[in-house]
Amino acid sequence: MTQTAAAAASTTDVPAILIGLGVAGLLLAGLARLAMRTGFSPIPMYLLVGIAVGALAPFDISTGAVELGSNIGVILLLFMLGLEYSSDELSTELRRGLPAGILDFVMNFTPGLVVGLVLGWDPVAAVLLGGVTWVSSSGIIAKLLADLDRLGNRETPSVLSVLVLEDLAMAVYLPLVAALLVGGTILATAGSLTVALAAAAVALVIALRFGGRISRAIDHRSDEAVLLATAGLLLLVAGVAEQLGVSSAVGAFLVGVALSGAVAERARTLLGPLRDIFAATFFVFFGLSIDVGSIPPILAIAVALAVVTTMTKLISGWWAASRAGVGPRGRARAAATLVARGEFSIVIAGLGVAAGVESQLGPLSAAYVLILALGAPLLTRSYGWLVPVGTRVERLVARRARARPQPEPIR
Amino acid sequence: MSDVLETHLPGVGVRMDFTTRGGDRLGMISHRAGHKDLLVYDRDDPDSCGVVLRLEDDDARTLGDMLGADQVMEEITKIQSIPGLTIDWVPVRGGSRCAGSSMAQLGAHRDIGAAVVAVIRDDDTIPSPPDDFVLQDGDTAVAVGGAEGVRRLFELLQGRPEA
Repeated sequence: MTQTAAAAASTTDVPAILIGLGVAGLLLAGLARLAMRTGFSPIPMYLLVGIAVGALAPFDISTGAVELGSNIGVILLLFMLGLEYSSDELSTELRRGLPAGILDFVMNFTPGLVVGLVLGWDPVAAVLLGGVTWVSSSGIIAKLLADLDRLGNRETPSVLSVLVLEDLAMAVYLPLVAALLVGGTILATAGSLTVALAAAAVALVIALRFGGRISRAIDHRSDEAVLLATAGLLLLVAGVAEQLGVSSAVGAFLVGVALSGAVAERARTLLGPLRDIFAATFFVFFGLSIDVGSIPPILAIAVALAVVTTMTKLISGWWAASRAGVGPRGRARAAATLVARGEFSIVIAGLGVAAGVESQLGPLSAAYVLILALGAPLLTRSYGWLVPVGTRVERLVARRARARPQPEPIR
Repeated sequence: MSDVLETHLPGVGVRMDFTTRGGDRLGMISHRAGHKDLLVYDRDDPDSCGVVLRLEDDDARTLGDMLGADQVMEEITKIQSIPGLTIDWVPVRGGSRCAGSSMAQLGAHRDIGAAVVAVIRDDDTIPSPPDDFVLQDGDTAVAVGGAEGVRRLFELLQGRPEA
């Protein structure tokens, strides 16, 4: 940052910041429209804008306000995700989808972890990279399924099940990562992790048992009252969660799970637009934190990681669908749909970047997500080639196992 | 009735589907957001939906009415084909012998062989009209009885007054 830019950033040069944000906003709007028209997710566009502005802008528009905005973006993203689920759904899916969820974790977390360690990163950074490559993007996949009219397909429940399990796993993973990032001795880390998990468990129980009462308490004739009450509760819980080491994202998710019924619908309508603005801020802010020059060195690694973790997702997705007794074409569709990575990977990478644990984490994650957020939907649309390939692999595995595995009956 | 399979779609809603006698699979997704998707599964790829139609609330109701109305007509046709029993809608014409008569007066014609079980007046259906209910021009009487009886009722409610 040059002298003038530093000076501009330190005094609150409000006009410059406003102009910068305004231009960024219009640019984002244009890209979002382009994304909608071409059927792609706008998330990679936001990342690119952040990276581009970071590289080209004469001054730094990232201020404390923008950083706060990006934090709120994560909170709202996770809150809206939690709204999608009800408590019974979560417990049912957990029981049914656990084996597929475990395979998903093992196959997709490992490549990220291994690459991080091989690159000589801090183990915590490697754990973060594992998370980045593990989690599929619920947002992109939900949109893909709706756009491609696949919500009614027989393989879709297994896709949704994997996503639910990943979201539940985040309730453990994010506090774990937060505790690891704080650092300290093993005892101290174990201690803070225990506190965090206990707090998360308590919050989950409260959400499940008192969710109905909380929802009714918030409900009111006036939209304003509902909006303020929901936003207030959300920020309060997220802040307390962050303080306890649970991670604000998990707190926000649990508030979303707690709310149900009419209030949930209204919260979705009222907070949706806020979520869009702040989430965009979050992605742009992440992009801003990436130095363009740091991308070329890791580009090859990002591509390799994308290829490998695409294959691992295809395998774990195919298996998840086969458990549901779906035919080969359905298995191929499910496998191809789960490849998309997006908002969650950036949230996880963002935790690492904020803590400054590894300089390559940000660029590598950004490049990785860009490749997959743009490439995966293409794969989801043209999955035909996967059908014979997957069937042949299945037969090989069956032969190796010496017994013909029977597909599980439809539950 | 066929077995309807209900599948929960976390984050989306509920899907219900069944197989028709002819072997086609039909389904419907009730989205939490309110609208519904009508699904027709592909014959060649039974896991995928060949046709997906989005139905808003009133669309769903219209389709339901269409499917349901057919059933009502079917029931009526069943009654109509009971040997010896006829059901018919008899419009009351002003100036006929019994326009302006009450139900009690109509009932005095004991040898008709048919009964008026309901009267439709301006979109309102009045089942089992009371004795003091007066038939007017424009009403429609729902008559049940033997074929002869219904014909006689027709004359009473439609035909010219006897000189």
